[in-house]
Amino acid sequence: MQLTTPLWKRLIIWAIVLAGLVMAAPNLFYTRVETRNDAVTAMAKEAAAGNPVTPEQTAALSLWPSWAPSSLVNLGLDLRGGAHLLAEVKLADVYKQRMDALWPEARDALKEVRDATGPIKRVPAPDGTLRITITNAAGVPAALAKVQSLSSNVVSLTGAGQKDLNVVADGQDIVVTLSDAEKAATDNRTMQQSLEIIRRRVDAAGTREPSIQRQGADRILIEVPGIGSAEELKAIIGTTAKLTFNTVVGQGTDKAANPGPGNLLLPASDRPGLYYTVEESPVVTGDDLVDAQPSFDQNGRPAVSFRFDTTGARKFGEYTGAHIGEPFAIVLDKQVISAPTIQSAITGGSGIITGNFTVESSTNLAVLLRAGALPATMSFLEERTVGPELGQDSIDAGKVAAVVGMCAVGLFMLASYGIFGLFADLTLVISMGIIFGILSMIGGTLTLPGIAGLVLTIGTAVDANVLVYERIREELRHAKTPARAIELGYERAMSAIVDANVTTLITAIVLYFFGAGPVRGFAVALGIGIVTSVFAALYVTRLVIEAWFNWRKPKTLIV
Amino acid sequence: MAWRLRLAPEKTHLDFFRHQWLTFGGSMALMVMSFVLWGVMGLNFGIDFKGGTTIRTDSTTVVDAGLYRSTLSGLGLGDVSINEVFDPSFRADQHVAAIRLSAPKGQEQISDDQMKTVEAALTKMDPNLKIVSTETVGPKVSSELVWSSVMALAATSFGIMAYIWLRFEWQFALGGVLALLHDVFITVGIFALFQLKFDLTIVAALLTILGYSINDTVVVFDRLRENLIKYKTMPLREVMNLSVNETLSRTLATSLTTLLAVGSMLALGGDVIRGFSFAIFVGILLGTYSSVFVAKNLVLLLGLDRSDKPKKTGKGADHEFANIDA
Repeated sequence: MQLTTPLWKRLIIWAIVLAGLVMAAPNLFYTRVETRNDAVTAMAKEAAAGNPVTPEQTAALSLWPSWAPSSLVNLGLDLRGGAHLLAEVKLADVYKQRMDALWPEARDALKEVRDATGPIKRVPAPDGTLRITITNAAGVPAALAKVQSLSSNVVSLTGAGQKDLNVVADGQDIVVTLSDAEKAATDNRTMQQSLEIIRRRVDAAGTREPSIQRQGADRILIEVPGIGSAEELKAIIGTTAKLTFNTVVGQGTDKAANPGPGNLLLPASDRPGLYYTVEESPVVTGDDLVDAQPSFDQNGRPAVSFRFDTTGARKFGEYTGAHIGEPFAIVLDKQVISAPTIQSAITGGSGIITGNFTVESSTNLAVLLRAGALPATMSFLEERTVGPELGQDSIDAGKVAAVVGMCAVGLFMLASYGIFGLFADLTLVISMGIIFGILSMIGGTLTLPGIAGLVLTIGTAVDANVLVYERIREELRHAKTPARAIELGYERAMSAIVDANVTTLITAIVLYFFGAGPVRGFAVALGIGIVTSVFAALYVTRLVIEAWFNWRKPKTLIV
Repeated sequence: MAWRLRLAPEKTHLDFFRHQWLTFGGSMALMVMSFVLWGVMGLNFGIDFKGGTTIRTDSTTVVDAGLYRSTLSGLGLGDVSINEVFDPSFRADQHVAAIRLSAPKGQEQISDDQMKTVEAALTKMDPNLKIVSTETVGPKVSSELVWSSVMALAATSFGIMAYIWLRFEWQFALGGVLALLHDVFITVGIFALFQLKFDLTIVAALLTILGYSINDTVVVFDRLRENLIKYKTMPLREVMNLSVNETLSRTLATSLTTLLAVGSMLALGGDVIRGFSFAIFVGILLGTYSSVFVAKNLVLLLGLDRSDKPKKTGKGADHEFANIDA
């Protein structure tokens, strides 16, 4: 009697195994592939900036063939070392700023109805609330209408058609707060700006693979591998972004050039190697900006349009009127973003910045211009730093534990099930390979608990095989022929295998959603481990057993 | 006949209910004891749940806890605790200490400046000392983590219960999950007894225990389901005994392979992950025990309705295997 799985099925199974192992292969040469991948990224970045390739990069490229898969398993912060910060953005800061900015505007508006209201004054109120006392009670309705007229429509998808201010009368007071729709829209903007600013600053610091994610309504999780400490990271994030418009004195490529008194030498952000000398005192600053939006110039290229407030508009108008044909520099965080030439006097208070933009970068810049500095203060709820030595120690210990665990389990299987145990061991090695292949492919992150998850998987991966073998033994006792016993063993063990593993998979899923960082890495390792080991035990071992069976054609079977 | 390692004889006829008062009763007593320990001694919560700061130092100089304490206690911080860490994987001249600090009264968490002072004081005390990791968790996050941990444990239990209910009967679901909680609570009790550090990774370990210890139980239940159809007139208690006996050698084999793997992680995986490995190790031991001695007893207590024909669930995906008999 022959045991046969259809050819197409066999092909698919071996193809999956092969694909998994090939994807896992780069991890065997981790440092080598990593160096090469880093070189590729660096080259792409510098090619965009027009820089030549360095010999080191060419050397790094030859470390790993370009046709071979090069995805690696990411190492978590606890293994690579780095810093982890959980920041809370004080969203209410922005409400306060808005109300503080509204007061002069409201005062000006109320001047027009001064006859009815009499003198007015701002009285103390909780942050985010503007309370104005009107001297003549009779003037309240007029004042109310006036302040209400300051309110405009909310700019957001969900809040469309609603006003941004809640203006109500409370006795002789007018009380202004942001409407809920506006608060939601503002919160969203604040978070976006904060994320963008943090991302930009962390990127500028040049660390690799930072992860900056929004968490919930008002939190940002920042994970930066390779950075010395959480304090260092906080310093990077905490620096205030400053936008200024400066007069350009000259430009050159010498970074050591002496800019002269009252001048600054600043690098161009989009063209490495180019330096501008600008006057230190700015013409206008970002504080004078009221809005910035991504847009397109007359040639259809991405650009950023902006608008100044009254003072900014006046200063900018006067300056541009006097300097037509000269360049001026737009400086952000001590880098010249672009240095356009003034075409005409810009008196309307709005303008457009053109430069080497993509749609994405113009959007980012608009966000940054709107923001400048972080829009709201942040407090740090959680800080973790892991030094690279500790991470390396953990990796080494994990490796030893995994190898020892694997050998122990392998020997046990061999002792318990003879040649069948050996087959199970073979698939155990294959499933470990596939797990690494999948982790590399999906860009999964391996953490210390993740290593523990893998070691645990070593122990449980053989479980499906144990179930099948025990069942085959039972069937053999009922005097079934070897071939039949193997078939029945697989069939009857199936429901137990599926049920037992689905329950574990449920756990892995909950863990994934519950945990952050290391715990999430554990959940991923566990989940992938379960699926892979069941696949390996049910399909791969079976193929191996079939091949062996058809080759040896044993009359009796000892499992 | 080739030699085979056997954890259990080929055919066993053990009566797993025989010493019920000892096994099942003992389990219940242990559970109650765990609750008492938990209540009386409390858990040694890590900063994940209590808030605070931990610093791990690594030095070639021997750790003198008294010196560390006197160095740090003068800095105007809250409580200071120092533990030396030992691990077989350390080099001969590697001396590691775990320092735990809490913020002074009236302050939520240790500030950056205070942290710098601490680091400076430590490196001044011992120039060979390196700070290899620091962690600070604020009170806001820690209280949320407690809550989300409880929710995660509950969600997992319910998920498992729902799935078993779907595939088996409700008695199995309830019995299985109660047996799981038994494993988890006793594990927590052991953490309380030895005052081991209880942090977020331990919760992850408890969740893992839920997932793995149900494994053995499900295999026993699966056989029970099969045998209930096969032996319609045999008393429930005997069918249960038969099912446990039939699956005994598998139960032992799987537990042993898992324990071998986790044991090597516990012994060799380094001290950072030791608590986690320990919790899983204990949980798996308990899980094996409970699937043999606790889960089925609970199902027996809850009673099974065997009057009707093979239950509907039998026609599910698993049934295709149930009728194949040569």
